[in-house]
Amino acid sequence: MNHPLLSVRGLEVRFGVTRVLDDVGFDLQAGETLGLVGESGSGKSTLARAILRLAPAAAGRILWSGEDMLTWSAARLRRHRRHMQLIFQDPLASLNPRMSVADAIAEPLRIFGTGLSARDRRERVDAMLERVGLSAAVADRYPHEFSGGQCQRIGIARAMILRPRLLICDEPVSSLDVSIQGQIVNLLADLQHEWGTAMLFISHNLAVVRHLSHRVLVLYRGRLVEIAEVDTLFKSPVHPYTRALLAAVPDPRRIAAGARTPGDAASVAAAPDDGLGRAEATRGCAFRARCPTAGSVCESVVPPLEALAPGHMVACHVTRTGSLVYP
Amino acid sequence: MSRGRGLRSNPAAITSCVVVAAYVLLALLGPSFSPNDIQTLDWNNVATAPALSGSHWFGTDRLGRDLYARTLEGMRTSLSVGLVGSLISLAVGIAFGAVSGYVGGRTDRLMMRFIEVLSGLPLIFFVILLTVIFGHGRHFLFVAIGAVGWLSMARIVRGQALSIRRRDYIEAAVASGAGAARIIVKHVVPNLMGPVIVYAALTVPQIIMFESFLSFLGLGEQEPHASLGTLIAEGAGEIETAAWILWIPCTILAALLLSLNIIGDGLREALDLKDHPRS
Amino acid sequence: MTAILSIDRLNVSFRSGDATVAAVRDVSLEVAAAECVGIVGESGSGKTTMFMAVMRLLARGAHIDGGIHFAGVDMLGSAAHELNRVRGSRLTMIFQDPMTALTPHLTIGRQLCEVLVTHAHMSWSGARRAALDMLERVRIPDPERRLRQHPHELSGGMRQRVMIGMSLLCNPSLLIADEPTSALDVTVQAQIIEILRVLRREMRMATVLISHDLGVVAALADRILVMYAGRIVEGAPMRMLLQRAAHPYTAALLECMPDLAAPRVARMPSLAGTAPAPSERESGCAFAPRCPRAQARCRHERPLLRASGVADHDVACHDPLGA
Repeated sequence: MNHPLLSVRGLEVRFGVTRVLDDVGFDLQAGETLGLVGESGSGKSTLARAILRLAPAAAGRILWSGEDMLTWSAARLRRHRRHMQLIFQDPLASLNPRMSVADAIAEPLRIFGTGLSARDRRERVDAMLERVGLSAAVADRYPHEFSGGQCQRIGIARAMILRPRLLICDEPVSSLDVSIQGQIVNLLADLQHEWGTAMLFISHNLAVVRHLSHRVLVLYRGRLVEIAEVDTLFKSPVHPYTRALLAAVPDPRRIAAGARTPGDAASVAAAPDDGLGRAEATRGCAFRARCPTAGSVCESVVPPLEALAPGHMVACHVTRTGSLVYP
Repeated sequence: MSRGRGLRSNPAAITSCVVVAAYVLLALLGPSFSPNDIQTLDWNNVATAPALSGSHWFGTDRLGRDLYARTLEGMRTSLSVGLVGSLISLAVGIAFGAVSGYVGGRTDRLMMRFIEVLSGLPLIFFVILLTVIFGHGRHFLFVAIGAVGWLSMARIVRGQALSIRRRDYIEAAVASGAGAARIIVKHVVPNLMGPVIVYAALTVPQIIMFESFLSFLGLGEQEPHASLGTLIAEGAGEIETAAWILWIPCTILAALLLSLNIIGDGLREALDLKDHPRS
Repeated sequence: MTAILSIDRLNVSFRSGDATVAAVRDVSLEVAAAECVGIVGESGSGKTTMFMAVMRLLARGAHIDGGIHFAGVDMLGSAAHELNRVRGSRLTMIFQDPMTALTPHLTIGRQLCEVLVTHAHMSWSGARRAALDMLERVRIPDPERRLRQHPHELSGGMRQRVMIGMSLLCNPSLLIADEPTSALDVTVQAQIIEILRVLRREMRMATVLISHDLGVVAALADRILVMYAGRIVEGAPMRMLLQRAAHPYTAALLECMPDLAAPRVARMPSLAGTAPAPSERESGCAFAPRCPRAQARCRHERPLLRASGVADHDVACHDPLGA
């Protein structure tokens, strides 16, 4: 039976009594890129760490090709890590300042590649450096000698050297200049195309997510509020939060043409935050204080994530039942 | 590396390095310049004042032994104890502190309790206890000092390890499948060496002082070997009649400690500049 | 209308070891009263350093050359007590991370009132009323409660609103906003932009908005200046810059911000290479190594900032777009 590469069901993560992730579930197929969009407090970084078992899950299942990773022993898990890797938001901080680039990239080989001689390792490191767009000559330098974009390439080289089946990218271009973000995004797209790596791409930058993803998950306050194919999400978003998110991005061309942006100020400017304490956020819909279409049911009942159309899931009482408001 | 550059621009530290280097050279090579050794009793020159003419440059003591030779011996003792003691506390302290800080949880709490208990013991009492077990002499000194010096080093290392543990590159190493041992050895320890080396440099003078103190009390080096501490003890008794027996080793010790402290301070400043460069 | 801020041939450099780092090179600009000027640039462009120099907030090792005049005050020539009369009251600055700009152990109310008591010589009770009023203007709900809270009890967006409020308490003639929304979520950013727009209009104050995000700058600025490697490479009214960019760097920046409504493209646009480090020596146009239109001339001869022929539109390029 063909299992998806990764299947998350009912995932719950707590920090103390607070539910940082609540009832999160989705599938990720081999070779697919899933974009994960959300703002601060959404739990997107926590989700990445929970999947990698770098953060403990309070409830739920994380299935890798059908097997529940949460039941694995520490040793089994460690052996498995070669198949799932992570790249970080701050590329320089993710590299050991006292380790040369060659050693940093070779480390996964040292951990998992028994039988490789030092020369074999070095050859593979050099090849990987070239593949990510750096020269093999820089292998003996140290991280502080590189720019942010170059450090991210090194991080990618380290993550991909064992050809993992899943690469989780936690805001990998957010700290880079806009003019070079595309370099890294295109590199990731190329590597995926070449090696069939599945990706979970986390970002608050919608343009970047749009570029790489096949499907997109939208997370708000620890809950999934919308899942859709990327084109559907950007052309016809349904959940009020998704729509507020898309409307809030200031587009210079639109503004120059006269649009008053950020648009849809009504939904966006309703309140500086949703004003809900932790306890209140778990009862009913967490977005209700900022939502232009919130009804009374939204206060008491958590909206379930349900299919609106094939492949398009939304967690909202109002937009699901009533008139489906498309722009 | 920039730590070197920081030191290079510190004239006091450079002078101190020169002084310490001179000490080391003198301690190693000095005896070959001196015609006397530490044990010869020169009955013709009992308690003579220092004089550059003649063979007793630093004078002699109550028993006619050449003070120059004995002072050099004392310097050798101090330097070797300082070095070996530091290395022992460094090694033990780093191992203990790094494991405790990185592993955390109950292990950390247990290990810290152990350190706290040991720190609570009165030092001299502990040293006398060790004397009973091991007897007097140089080897006892190494053990005593090593046994005591590692405690504060471990605390420092643990503090550093606690902050390093939260860094991104540690998470990256865990995500890469590295085990705790590899992470501690390759990621944690190399990154805490900066402040640790500075601290170690500053403990060398403390250790030398401690050793001198023990020897002064008679718990350290024994006759016929000399330590700066035993010489000072001796000199204290002769202060009215043969004052040079006191002030020569005192000056030597003070200069050594001062130089080492200046070097330690210079290292600390250079490290600080590296971490917080002022533009 | 005379300029409220005028910067004349400003050069800012630092000594780092034995190298000289030139962060700002020969920049001249003017901000008119009630005008909003947007400064766009990426890392190494010098945009933040320039305005830190205006506020005289740079460390003592900085070497500043040129002229900076604010409302008649010579910012570079005046003594500290003269500067302190304008800084914080008529000339204010807000920063990217409000958490580090606000004192953690003092309440919001205390910090706000302090500004008024010090600069406007109000009484504490009068200051409290004015502070409450300002919190309402920046649309902070339940302002009475917020006055008693400490900075860490507020969300990032709210802290930024408090910062904005604090900077406006004394009715400044010029507000410098350095990346005010970069650390905020995009929905919160939209709210902050709205607040700045409204307040700017109400208080008729001049603003300098520094950002790497062309969208944020476009939403607020009347005029936009683009900086690269310490120099201004283009300056034009907002619409003209965005619709008819003349400098290849500006055009590239615009391309790197894809239109979310347009169909997806195969490759995400980007510029090759990286911006030169401030410590590098200049030879010719700093953008030449990355410029798709670079010619031999560009590598030897640095283009000067000149009027492009169209009113108010300056560009520093040998072969500007649309020429």
